[in-house]
Amino acid sequence: MSGTGLTAVAAQIVVVISGAPLLAGWMRQVRARMEGRAGAGVLQPWRDTRKLLRKEPITPIGTGPAFRTAPALLVATTAVVAALVPLLSTTTPVSAHADLILVVALLALGTVALALAGLDSGTAFGGMGASREMTVAALVEPTILVAVFAFSIPAGSTNLAAIVAGAVREPSRLASPAGLLATAALAVAVLAETGRIPVDNPATHLELTMVHEAMVLEYSGPDLALVELGAQMRLTVLLGLLASLFAPWGIATDASWPALAVALAAFVVKVAVLGAVLAAAEVFWAKVRLFRVPELLAGSFLLALLAVTSSYFLSGE
Amino acid sequence: MNVIGPALGAASALAGAGVAAGMLVPAWGRSAAVGACTAGTGGAGLVAGVAALGGARWSIGLPGLLPLAGVRLAVDPLSGLFMAVAGAVAAAVAVYGIGYTGRGAHGASSRGAQAVLPLFALTLVLVPAAASVSTFLVLWEVMALASLLLVLSEHRERAEVRRAGLWYAVMTHLGLVLLLAGLALFAARAGGQSFAALRAGAAGMSAWIRAVVFVTVAAGFASKAGGVPLHAWLPRAHPEAPSHVSALMSAAMVNLGIYGIVRVGFDLLGGGPMWWWLGLIAVGAVSAVYGILQAAMASDLKRLLAYSTSENMGLVLVGVGAAGLFAASGNGPLAALALVAALLHMINHAAFKALLFCAAGSVLRATGLRDLDRLGGLRQRMPVTAGLFALGALGAVALPPGNGFISEWLLLQSLIHGLVVPGVATAIVLPLAVAVIALSAGLAAAVFVKALGVGFSARPRSKQAERAAESPPAMLAGMGLLAACCAGLALVPGVLGSGLDRAASAAGLTGAKALSGGGLQVRLQQVPASLAPLWVVIALTAALAVAAGLPRLIGRRRRRRKNARLWDCGGGAPTPRMAYTATSFAEPLQRVFDDVLAPEQDVNVTPVRESAYLVERVRYQRRVPDRIEHRLYEPMLAALARLGGAARRLAGGSVHLYLGYGFFGLVALLLVLAVGW
Repeated sequence: MSGTGLTAVAAQIVVVISGAPLLAGWMRQVRARMEGRAGAGVLQPWRDTRKLLRKEPITPIGTGPAFRTAPALLVATTAVVAALVPLLSTTTPVSAHADLILVVALLALGTVALALAGLDSGTAFGGMGASREMTVAALVEPTILVAVFAFSIPAGSTNLAAIVAGAVREPSRLASPAGLLATAALAVAVLAETGRIPVDNPATHLELTMVHEAMVLEYSGPDLALVELGAQMRLTVLLGLLASLFAPWGIATDASWPALAVALAAFVVKVAVLGAVLAAAEVFWAKVRLFRVPELLAGSFLLALLAVTSSYFLSGE
Repeated sequence: MNVIGPALGAASALAGAGVAAGMLVPAWGRSAAVGACTAGTGGAGLVAGVAALGGARWSIGLPGLLPLAGVRLAVDPLSGLFMAVAGAVAAAVAVYGIGYTGRGAHGASSRGAQAVLPLFALTLVLVPAAASVSTFLVLWEVMALASLLLVLSEHRERAEVRRAGLWYAVMTHLGLVLLLAGLALFAARAGGQSFAALRAGAAGMSAWIRAVVFVTVAAGFASKAGGVPLHAWLPRAHPEAPSHVSALMSAAMVNLGIYGIVRVGFDLLGGGPMWWWLGLIAVGAVSAVYGILQAAMASDLKRLLAYSTSENMGLVLVGVGAAGLFAASGNGPLAALALVAALLHMINHAAFKALLFCAAGSVLRATGLRDLDRLGGLRQRMPVTAGLFALGALGAVALPPGNGFISEWLLLQSLIHGLVVPGVATAIVLPLAVAVIALSAGLAAAVFVKALGVGFSARPRSKQAERAAESPPAMLAGMGLLAACCAGLALVPGVLGSGLDRAASAAGLTGAKALSGGGLQVRLQQVPASLAPLWVVIALTAALAVAAGLPRLIGRRRRRRKNARLWDCGGGAPTPRMAYTATSFAEPLQRVFDDVLAPEQDVNVTPVRESAYLVERVRYQRRVPDRIEHRLYEPMLAALARLGGAARRLAGGSVHLYLGYGFFGLVALLLVLAVGW
């Protein structure tokens, strides 16, 4: 078990780190093609990262340890999450500790680190971004945890490996009203957590509408490379999590090498499809006003709440 | 051999010595002598508490000590838990207090304030040991009075202290009246006032009387724990007290409200019907969300921390309520889990909130400011305090390497698995409770990012903040002790497992083994879930090291970091006036929760005299009042004042009128007696 298990964990981390820029490039390419542009190619984010890493590291005057450690902390929390979430296999050495609440909290830790960095820079934009990011993060939290509640009911545990393995065994769970409602709620929460349209526009550099970009405005060179990589990894991990919860087919539930290879292929396909759908949707959506975002999140919270109560009332009859 | 008795004796003796030292020692050595005695009292309390948590029991009756009723003390693991927490907090805070009060002769270091401090610490340790209604109420009242005197210790310096003291005095005595009424009724019906007699008599009481007892007593205790809507004293008294007293009140005294509810609800009354506990969950949920929302709006650092206390006690009340709910439906192990989660959260809260209040006190001492909008840049000037505040904040935001995360995780686990309990009420209440915990955790993250980011990062926003200097070693040592507690609770919470189990079974919930798996892990026996805090920390550290080191290896030219001016979108180095303040940070949240918070704003435009179109001055004012205080207390106070005003007309000053009152009063009384009572 431990040979394939360890390989699976290592593969998850490596795939997420190396694949995250590719996913970003793929989504930009899909978007460019749909808008009638040629696009820069799937590899462009990797080229950007290489360019940034070669630049000299710069510390803006007046910033402190919070500003310097935040990029690494963002990448570190996401890498730990990538190791925990059963993206490829449910039988890994860490799967006993792959708790869904822990995963959510680790991602929130990355958000908090970046918000502190934004405030640490002492600029108006940094503070503005931090304030908005924390507002959205605070409002997303209830949706996520109630959705977690809904997912944990059929499995009887918040352990991710147990949830995913249970869904592989009984696919009918996924099509139940509770499963569908919880997935819809979680999808909205993922959009908000990763700062995509309609909550935030990752491509914007218009000062007054920025959320994520405003926080990281002072970063440059290798630090900026880490911040970008961290954001891309978050997107990959969260899309992977969504895929694992809603479409767990292909994930290895036993410790065999062929199963792991199939899981790897299935993971790449699922995340690529989800990314393409998201990119296509973004072409047609517009970013909503910051103060309309709570309405969106309240809607998704209601979906999650309905998921929990419906699973109780439908199973109780 | 039982150490509890000698330890409590030593605590009392040391407290007595401390009181004497406070009275007699001259100003230059007073705070050191009092601090040492108080720390000793706390340490002895900690020893007694730990011994009780280990399974030892102890009781004593001292009939001669108090006229009529006598004193009766008994220590079981449940009292031991609260004793240990109060003792540990008192010991660390007393060390901090030596530096904080310094060598002055006024305010917190005056003779009176210093003499009361050891007494307050002693009552914090002894209240959980009370084993009869009279002993309990006497100790409770001494504790309340001691804390009131300490809150008032800076009354000469600031007028707000006097107002806060008045609020605190009135509300704590309203709480006492509720407790007195509830416990007196209980004792009368049970046929005895010792806790053993209450326990024996509770089963024979009618459901109606039991309900009245529980509701009255729970209301009294919830007001001490800062439960909404009886919280109004807390955000006034905690900020105005000297900081070491705020830490004691917020980390040790409010816990005793929880102790009272657990002791009376579970142990003495032996549990009750579901609606009691649903009510308690509702109070806890409202306190949690309302408390943290007000904390998000506050820009006064200590007021923010006080509201956060209200939030955390709300979460503990949710846990206690859930435990009662599960116990009422017969699911013992789950009830024990919920109670253990609540108690663990209380311990964690005590550790991080004492640390945060002490760090806020250091800031106050160094700058004279509590207003976050005028602080900033303290991390360069007070690096150790900033680091310790960050550690406490990490616990308070309930994110992984912090200690708060573990207890909130346990609480969430107990609620999520509570759906096995049948009933429509649980199916609706439990998801909402989970949502409330999540929302308060999310808002807490925003609150402490604000406190840390605005207060300690960026650049100073005022002269006072610019001149700040690091605190003296005694304060740092006290905070260091608390920080070590936080770190220990975060890394190896499992060591508390068996003690918490014993405390829960002392409360009558013998599900046992809610928490096991040795020191390094938290593994739940009833529900399939586990958490390994130490491994999370190791994994995060390793990943952090790799993420920080790898780019340097990859980068072609390994250069040293270069300093450069802030870019700020090409605007160039901004002035401190342009940085985001706490008020601006909270603005989006205030807009989102506009309907709940009901902020008041006022725009005054003064035009130039010659032309209505030229504006001379615009005055903009906005404040976010405590809405419950505004809507509930102010009308009530106004009505009372009107009643008093009306009553004044009865006393016209004429002797004939007063003689008339006496005559008619006597006649009315005779008539009532004659008609037959």
